[in-house]
Amino acid sequence: MAVCIAVIAKENYPLYIRSVPTQNELKFHYTVHTSLDVVEEKISAVGKSLGDQRELYLGLLYPTEDYKMFRKLHNSFTDVMCNPFHNPGDPIQSKAFDGIVSGMMVQTG
Amino acid sequence: MESLTLTDIEQKYYSDLFVYCDTDNTKKVASNGRVLDLFRAAQLPSEVVLQITELCGATRLGHFGRSQFYIALKLIAIAQSGLPLRVESLNSVKDLPLPRFVVGKNEAEARHAALYQDTDSQGLYPASATAVIPRPPGRGLQNKKGPPSSTPEPTSPVVSPHQSPPTSPHSWRKHKRQHSGGNADRQPVVAATGAVWTQFREPQAGPVPGEGMWPSHSPPPPGQESWVSFTADTPPSSALPAMHPSSVQESTTIRTVASAATTNEIQRQSSGYDDPWKITDEQRQYYINQFKTIQPDLTGFIPGSAAKEFFTKSKLPILELSHIWELSDFDKDGALTLDEFCAAFHLVVARKNGYDLPEKLPESLMPKLIDLDDSAEVSESTADVGYSGSPVEVTPNKSPSMPSLNQAWPEMNQSNEQWETFSERSSSSQTLTQFDSNIAPADPDTAIVHPVPIRMTPSKIHMQEMELKRTGSGETTSAFPLSQSGTSPEALKVVAPPPPPPRPHPSHSRSSSLDMNRTFAATSAPGQPQPSTIAFPPAVPPRPLPTQAEVAPGGGAVLTTTSPQQIPQQPNFADFSQFQAFAASEQPSSLPEAEKSSEGAGPLRTVKSDGQADERSSATVNSAKGSSGPLAPPPKPVRRRLKSEDELRPEDEQHGPQKSNVIAAVLATQPSIPRSVGKDKKAIQASIRRNKETNTVLARLNSELQQQLKDLLEERISLEVQLEQLRPFSHL
Repeated sequence: MAVCIAVIAKENYPLYIRSVPTQNELKFHYTVHTSLDVVEEKISAVGKSLGDQRELYLGLLYPTEDYKMFRKLHNSFTDVMCNPFHNPGDPIQSKAFDGIVSGMMVQTG
Repeated sequence: MESLTLTDIEQKYYSDLFVYCDTDNTKKVASNGRVLDLFRAAQLPSEVVLQITELCGATRLGHFGRSQFYIALKLIAIAQSGLPLRVESLNSVKDLPLPRFVVGKNEAEARHAALYQDTDSQGLYPASATAVIPRPPGRGLQNKKGPPSSTPEPTSPVVSPHQSPPTSPHSWRKHKRQHSGGNADRQPVVAATGAVWTQFREPQAGPVPGEGMWPSHSPPPPGQESWVSFTADTPPSSALPAMHPSSVQESTTIRTVASAATTNEIQRQSSGYDDPWKITDEQRQYYINQFKTIQPDLTGFIPGSAAKEFFTKSKLPILELSHIWELSDFDKDGALTLDEFCAAFHLVVARKNGYDLPEKLPESLMPKLIDLDDSAEVSESTADVGYSGSPVEVTPNKSPSMPSLNQAWPEMNQSNEQWETFSERSSSSQTLTQFDSNIAPADPDTAIVHPVPIRMTPSKIHMQEMELKRTGSGETTSAFPLSQSGTSPEALKVVAPPPPPPRPHPSHSRSSSLDMNRTFAATSAPGQPQPSTIAFPPAVPPRPLPTQAEVAPGGGAVLTTTSPQQIPQQPNFADFSQFQAFAASEQPSSLPEAEKSSEGAGPLRTVKSDGQADERSSATVNSAKGSSGPLAPPPKPVRRRLKSEDELRPEDEQHGPQKSNVIAAVLATQPSIPRSVGKDKKAIQASIRRNKETNTVLARLNSELQQQLKDLLEERISLEVQLEQLRPFSHL
């Protein structure tokens, strides 16, 4: 069960963040930022070797139970990006995206 | 009250209206409520209405008698045509058009109901279209076609109520003319008009200006109530003459379908009228033209950037445009097809006119799901999407916004995967599944891949097996450790598919190849002393004679006797002979065993699971055979691959398949056999057990690997999808 979902932009600010409101949100936000460190670590480790794009996908940093969830999230994220009216870097304001995220947060796993 | 002379048409019309208002069925007095509603529907300013009621004398009387009602109606007509309200004008005005009323849906339904009851035999019913005119909230729709609208008609079109006598074509045509001008703009109206024409007799099928549909309707079977056809046909035909044949078709289909479905039709009509999202033909035409300015090919796409520019011109806030895009880009491909573009445009227009954007794409705006090869086909059937409950059309219901529509239309489940038609898919699992099926067969290599056996036990087991095995399966086993080394949690970088794990134990295969191997191997050793026996595929051991089996006490001895003879003959049987002994030790059970063996003799296939029972039985068989005398064919080597081959092989090589000679020798060796039998038996049993375990482990491993393979394939596919999507954004 996802308690917090965040989409972070390249510049390390959140494009979208949402958490189950019952918990202390701040804690979640911190966690999100620390996870960014993990990501950064991985990025630096990969280096320049093969094609860039493949490397961008660092794999699931976490066991694969949430695999489906991530995929769903990613799909909705790409849908948002496809929208020509959406400027990358803007906070994400898509109802469909919201809907999917809420769905993911509410459902168990 | 002066006398009122009405034309026939008017007479009929008014009487119908009166009937309509005559809710109490008094035939004398029209109920005030209804009357007032009607007058309100006349869309006259309220003071005019007041004046009218005064003039007709209703205020005096306090109610609307028939004559008052008629007078009032006439006055309404006068007022609507712009003439001053005067009592004298009641009779003086010639050629007064029938009063027009815009009414809500419910009334329409009621009217229809009334219609059916009263007026079945009537001629043309030009218009309960009155009733049917949908009231889009805020009537924004009426105004919304700013740019494309040539003559935005603020009032809803004239529709004369209920019936009109057969001579009505004039008035009817007049009405048609009136609203044909603004026809395209008022999509609901058009729909209304279309829907309302209940029966359409041939006489009226005559030329109607601007309404191509009527000719297409011309031969409706008389007496058939099929407004439905009109509803469906109106939009397509009016704008695109090319569609006449299809609309005719459609109408015929619908007619055949709808004869009894009165309520259904009403429902559909009403629901159709309620739908503010329908695109009229003129609108659609306009959209198509706009589409052409961006993309001349009507079957092509408008890229997102171009669409963005275009819609930004509409000066809607970006957020709303973004939302509109989300709604209208049905297949989420970042480009707009003609349908999607029309939907988007329609939404923009609606928004500009004050409509709120829906949460989900309305039914009528959903893009057609069939091939968009034919633009005419596209526009036509898309129009149909909006209207048709026709069974011909099948669309997925993305939004249950029109429940009545849903009932009438065949619904397509979202779960219906129409890959080629871009049915709604959540661009995730379903898509990927599709990819899966597309990709997997294309790349057979991947199917064989055993990328990442993470656990180590398999290899261990394999190692064990390899130890056990001494045949030349080494080449395959060597491959397996390689695959192991390829293990990495991120098997995303698909390693070159290692060769499939070695087949465990060729010796374990069911085929007789094993035995052939051995027999052939054995053959090579002794040369070809008895090629006949070797080349001979293992024959089925002869069924033990029942008589033999019955010899219980002697059976043991017999068994024992024969067992040694088996040993040299068939290495396999050597082992069985141990089971023989085992069986022999269980004297009492020998009989049942013998029987069993008789059954099992024929299909002496080694099924591992049968294990020892089989062996026993086969051993018994063998023994029985042995006892029956010189065995003609060599007993079937029982395909007992359970035996550790190394155990067997030495025996094999030692003894060689010199069966006939052996038989004689067997007896001589009899005394020594039992002892070795015991040891061997245990060893064999142990090895059997081990092999069984191995087998189960391997089976489990196999299934797990399969599962992993599936998962990895899925992952890979998802990654590829992401790659695709990320690629254009790599600069981010």
